[in-house]
Amino acid sequence: MAEQVYWDDVKEGTELTPVVKNPTTQQLVKYAGASGDYYQIHYDQDFAKSNNLDGVILHGALKNAFLGHLVTKWMGPQGDLKRLACQYRGMDMPGSPVTAKGLVTRKYQKQGANLVDCEIWLENKDGEKTTPGSATVALPVRN
Amino acid sequence: MTTAGSFLTEEMRQQAIGQKSAPRTIDVEKGAIIKFAAAIEDDNPVFSDEMAARESRYGGLIAPPTFLRSVGVDRPAFPYDMPFNRMLDGGSDWEYFHPVRAGDRITAISEIADVNERTGRMGLMIITTIVVTYHNQFNQVAATQTSTSIRY
Repeated sequence: MAEQVYWDDVKEGTELTPVVKNPTTQQLVKYAGASGDYYQIHYDQDFAKSNNLDGVILHGALKNAFLGHLVTKWMGPQGDLKRLACQYRGMDMPGSPVTAKGLVTRKYQKQGANLVDCEIWLENKDGEKTTPGSATVALPVRN
Repeated sequence: MTTAGSFLTEEMRQQAIGQKSAPRTIDVEKGAIIKFAAAIEDDNPVFSDEMAARESRYGGLIAPPTFLRSVGVDRPAFPYDMPFNRMLDGGSDWEYFHPVRAGDRITAISEIADVNERTGRMGLMIITTIVVTYHNQFNQVAATQTSTSIRY
């Protein structure tokens, strides 16, 4: 089982362990099939170019899933994801790695839950945040 | 296609807000969860390994947080023609209330929460905010998803 992070041990500024992704056109096709999103800008180069794009681009929802991976992996088996949000500011293309990263921005208790808010984002190989977002998770406390 | 600087009137905004899609119901299949986790390359065993997931506090497989995209609910229809051929996804804001498990029956309905226009580098853009509510078979709201789309 994965390691567990505890609310007690987290503070503002704590880093979420980054998750590196290397999306390929094959992954975009797999994601299209698994999600049912068959918009052609994600697998048809000619169609993408006729839509003023340089080529096929990652599904926004796939990038959202990468950020979900980051947060659910970090919070561990006893963590609970409450909220996951992101904005698709910049496009990402297959063949170029993206890294999901995050920082704890707030630690608080509400209605009996031990919560942390996180700033999360996807970063491209040039360090640009193409997909900024935020998340809230409930974490267990040490006995 | 119009090249005018403006498309939406306040009356058209009000006609659109509150428009709902037809409900869409799916049974969450174990294989669909496993395929989704493989497609996003998330190796967390609670999404893909039934035996490991049984040892977890969920007692079985659960879906990754963005799996509900695959329910495939329709977008609510606008009550008038939208003269824009292209669309981009602007972002998503999910709130989670109950885990989605293999075997759940999920019903989704989408609703237009807001619509506005803006002029950007791609010309006139229509920004639509849609809220999707996902109920499970116990009539609990499992999750809501507020998403933004950009037509241009």
